[in-house]
Amino acid sequence: MVIDSSMIWEWVIKSVAILLFCTVGFAYTTLYERKVLARMQVRWGPNRAGPRGILQPVADGIKLIFKEELIPAKADKLIFVLAPVITVIPALIITGVVPWGPDITLGGRTIHLYLANINVAVLYIMSITSISVYGITLAGWSSNNKYATLGGLRSTAQMISYELALGLAFVGPILLAGSMSLQDIVAAQAKSVPFILLQPLGAVIYMIAVIAEVNRAPFDMPEAEQELTAGYHTEYSGMKFALFFMAEYIKMIAVSTIGATLFLGGYLGPFLNVAPWLGPVYLIGKVAILLYGLIWLRATLPRIRYDRLMAFGWKVLFPLALLNVILTAAGITLFGGK
Amino acid sequence: MANGVYEMMRGLWQTFRSAWTKPVTIQYPEVKRQVSKRYRGRHALKRYENGLEKCIGCSLCAAVCPADAIFVEASEQTDDKRYSPGERYASTYEINYLRCIFCGLCEDACPTEAIVLEDNYELSFETRESAIYTKDMLLDAVSAPNLPTPHKVKPGSFNRSVPEMKDPVD
Repeated sequence: MVIDSSMIWEWVIKSVAILLFCTVGFAYTTLYERKVLARMQVRWGPNRAGPRGILQPVADGIKLIFKEELIPAKADKLIFVLAPVITVIPALIITGVVPWGPDITLGGRTIHLYLANINVAVLYIMSITSISVYGITLAGWSSNNKYATLGGLRSTAQMISYELALGLAFVGPILLAGSMSLQDIVAAQAKSVPFILLQPLGAVIYMIAVIAEVNRAPFDMPEAEQELTAGYHTEYSGMKFALFFMAEYIKMIAVSTIGATLFLGGYLGPFLNVAPWLGPVYLIGKVAILLYGLIWLRATLPRIRYDRLMAFGWKVLFPLALLNVILTAAGITLFGGK
Repeated sequence: MANGVYEMMRGLWQTFRSAWTKPVTIQYPEVKRQVSKRYRGRHALKRYENGLEKCIGCSLCAAVCPADAIFVEASEQTDDKRYSPGERYASTYEINYLRCIFCGLCEDACPTEAIVLEDNYELSFETRESAIYTKDMLLDAVSAPNLPTPHKVKPGSFNRSVPEMKDPVD
């Protein structure tokens, strides 16, 4: 690979595209969620700002920018300010390894529709998602507030418990594709079928574990409104709160993207060899379906009790994930993988 | 376990189904909710068909008002300047909507059916002063052929304060 100046420009443009996709996606995921939740509760949802409410995220953003920023007197100020940043940066960079489409040729040069093709992409995702838990824990601790501390502690315990099942859910597609690179995993699905058909249990475990990972209902223990006012972000306001909000929704998009890539065939779809630009469209469509699933679960299920959350994670999800790995490995040995 | 999963699926089906029903939201400023016939909203002071005011300034509404929200001041009138069929009329009639509890006792007490709670529920105001509705705000507008009060009438044509009344119907 030759590294020239246009290569660097390509990388810059792709990075900006990913960041824009994440932030604009965040804004519109909030609207999407409010609309879907509203329809499930037999309401219309936001429909005043702009036609059918499409300017609602803009209005929310303006409101949050002009809100007062409060730092509690006894908070640890440096960490208090740093925590939202530590939470949001990992969320923004997770999707860097996800391919959005096949290679396209533009002006005589081949452009890969991904930012980075690293051979340990799945490990990268695992490690980056683990970093963002620090932001939440530090936010809870530095606020010097009992609710925030409890929220942060819960978040730590919950993420550690569910990360095991999440990691084991990744193992299925890795074994089937014989690679940790997401490009190779998508290519393997192009040759066979989307891995959800071969890994139904793995896909279900993945979805359950990521709900716990991004702290969404029914596993929204760290920010349980009724018990902990707002959990780890109780003391945050204005744009610092918005950063936590942003991290949560960008992580939703990120885990949906990764889920779509691992189990639903990523950017694959019909007519891809005729029109390669359909790749990102297919990927966004699949992400929208997975996001709908996350919102649907939030609209339906009440928050589960903390001890049951732990019991479920360790006694049900973890053994099931292990079983899934064993079955997959046995299947590949018996019928031949790849 | 299996039962739990079944119940969860039933819940998911319920929310999915209700996402396809028509929302019950009423788009308020554009669409207004139809209130019941007996709804107790803002008061109105009524007029007779000939344009005279029904209110004779007896202050029974003010007397019965549990929140002490009504203030009435009655004045004498002559056949040259006639406001109501009775001896006197309400020269001042004020309702303080910061006090009013919309119980409707004023409506029950009124001997001439002059004060009626109607269906207007859009009663927001920004100052304490604007919470007080005066007589000209409460009084119904005069209908087409009639002139606004006071009227000049033939002497002796009105000698009865309280009209003949029928039992109320809805």
